[in-house]
Amino acid sequence: MSPLTKLTQGASAALTKGLNRVEHKWHHANSASRPHARGMMLYAEDLTVSFDGFKALNNLTFYLQAGELRCFIGPNGAGKTTMMDVLTGRTRPDSGNAFFCSDPQHESPDNLYNLLQMDEVAIVRAGIGRKFQKPSVIESLSVGQNLELAGACNKTVRGTLKRGLDSAEQDYICEILQKIRLSSRANVLAGTLSHGQKQWLEIGMLLIQRPRLLMLDEPAAGMTPEEIELSIELLHELKGRHTIMVIEHDMAFIRAIADIVTVLCRGQVLAEGTMDEVSSNPAVIEAYLGKDDDA
Amino acid sequence: MHSAKHVTAPVKPELTLEVSSPIFNRSTCYVVELLALLTIGSTIGALCGLISIYAVTLMGKYLCYALAALSLDLIWGRLGILSLGHCAYFALGGYMLGMYLTLQIGTQGVYGSNLPDFMIFLNWDHLPWYWQGSHYLLPSLVLSLLVPAALAFIFGFTTFRSRVGGVYLSIITQALTYALMLMFFLNELGFGGNNGLTDFKTLAGMDITADGTRIFLFALTAICLLLAFLLLRALNCTRLGRLLTAVRDSESRVRFIGYRTEHVKLAIFTLAAALAGLAGALYVPQVGIINPGEFSPLNSIELVICVALGGRDRLYGAIIGSLVLNLVKTIFTAWWPEGWLYVLGALFVIITLFLPHGLAGLPQQLKWHRSNTIKEAA
Repeated sequence: MSPLTKLTQGASAALTKGLNRVEHKWHHANSASRPHARGMMLYAEDLTVSFDGFKALNNLTFYLQAGELRCFIGPNGAGKTTMMDVLTGRTRPDSGNAFFCSDPQHESPDNLYNLLQMDEVAIVRAGIGRKFQKPSVIESLSVGQNLELAGACNKTVRGTLKRGLDSAEQDYICEILQKIRLSSRANVLAGTLSHGQKQWLEIGMLLIQRPRLLMLDEPAAGMTPEEIELSIELLHELKGRHTIMVIEHDMAFIRAIADIVTVLCRGQVLAEGTMDEVSSNPAVIEAYLGKDDDA
Repeated sequence: MHSAKHVTAPVKPELTLEVSSPIFNRSTCYVVELLALLTIGSTIGALCGLISIYAVTLMGKYLCYALAALSLDLIWGRLGILSLGHCAYFALGGYMLGMYLTLQIGTQGVYGSNLPDFMIFLNWDHLPWYWQGSHYLLPSLVLSLLVPAALAFIFGFTTFRSRVGGVYLSIITQALTYALMLMFFLNELGFGGNNGLTDFKTLAGMDITADGTRIFLFALTAICLLLAFLLLRALNCTRLGRLLTAVRDSESRVRFIGYRTEHVKLAIFTLAAALAGLAGALYVPQVGIINPGEFSPLNSIELVICVALGGRDRLYGAIIGSLVLNLVKTIFTAWWPEGWLYVLGALFVIITLFLPHGLAGLPQQLKWHRSNTIKEAA
């Protein structure tokens, strides 16, 4: 798309958006569209995404309960990252539904969000935090500054017109720093951290926002064995307090943390169950060892 | 099945988080002192006749460029938006004040009419509506901030919303200033066309060519530059300042921690345009003319080179860069006018290759270089 068409499209979209400025309401699910199931935290139903004819997601359906730690595995190109892209507003699906309920025990139109009608920022503000495959922290800011920005309560331009931290913010940042084992590195530039530490900082930047649902894309990638040990420990600490989705290739890591594993293949759910169940499932073995095996 | 590693009641760590740096750090103090010294020294020197009025006006002109460069540094150095048309806001601000100065000519014009000469020439019998705000100084000054800001707001609103960025944005900013230049060349637009606005006589009742007025304008420019510098320095020390760095380095991450980056960019882009407009408004009474040439893309590129030469994201770098570049330009255009563009181009290449942190970053660069050579030798 040329920048000029983008420009005009953006102008008209912004205009219509500006005309009905009810931003906090427009993305709530209305009675016409709502998920088929009930009582879940996340509903992904019949999601289909195709890139130039290639179906990255093909009628993907799964549900996530509050408090779950769910791992997603699958051969390369199975659609794991695309799934997270759709659920966090990065990619628009061709068809399907995706809903998020921030309080499944008291589900109401006010806390049920239609994710497909929201942009990234609205989804983050609704309570979904995402860590990317490639660690993305702000390298020219210090660890503390990264957490400061992520943890700010008021994220409007005017709200950021303050100099430092108040004591509550300071305490909370220190608490998170301890949790992600970076207390000793609070004032160094994030760019100087090791790969593993950057991943933790990114997780810390999510935790500090008190999200309801955490999406972690390859949290153990590129880590040393010691760092993986610490990551497993960290995830055990988070388990139960947060609902977590993890994409990972490291099977030992998954075995150490997962309750239920969902296997994706060609944009669909191939199998779901405990690690032992899925790893003995013939279809899963076929998918991993069959002709798709290039991992 | 929780692991036994549960730490009991975390001991509050003895940790001091340093997220914000003091506004008055060493370099800021130096800049404030030097600027104050320059202003007071030059003003007194000029009043006593030690410094020629020509030099004072020239310096005032440089300081106007420095103010514009400062505002460009905010959006390019800090926020990462490379605007190749920043002088559009400078020129618009200049036109707004130029209109006031034109109306101040009154009946002293060639045709002795209340209308500006070029309107008589066009056979117009009354002032167009958009000239009505320019009868008085204060509204004109406000307009010279608001009009550029409004243009920047509209421009930013459409581009940032549709996530146009990087090189595309730079090209569009350049196209915008070029389009404005062509537009202001039109006589029918009512801004004096090709010739622009000139032959100013008085500013708030003062003779615009008088020595006192010139010294006053210089001092005013210096004070505005100083205040703008302190304002932006203070802004950079707030959480918003850190947010701007974050947007520059990883906009997508910032979006995913819940900030509407387009709002941030829009606010800062608009602020920068208003500052550039102020610079233009201070520039016009000192040079005595404003014409569509000020919209020329070349001016904007020169401004970018000023910031790159001085060093990005340091604020004082932009000031140093524009003073040095414009001094070189003044000397060079007197000596070999046709060669200036080659020098400018060569300068850009040299900066990009050898001075990535600009003149302001040179001491640090040399230090690294020295420590590296020592390491290699060892």
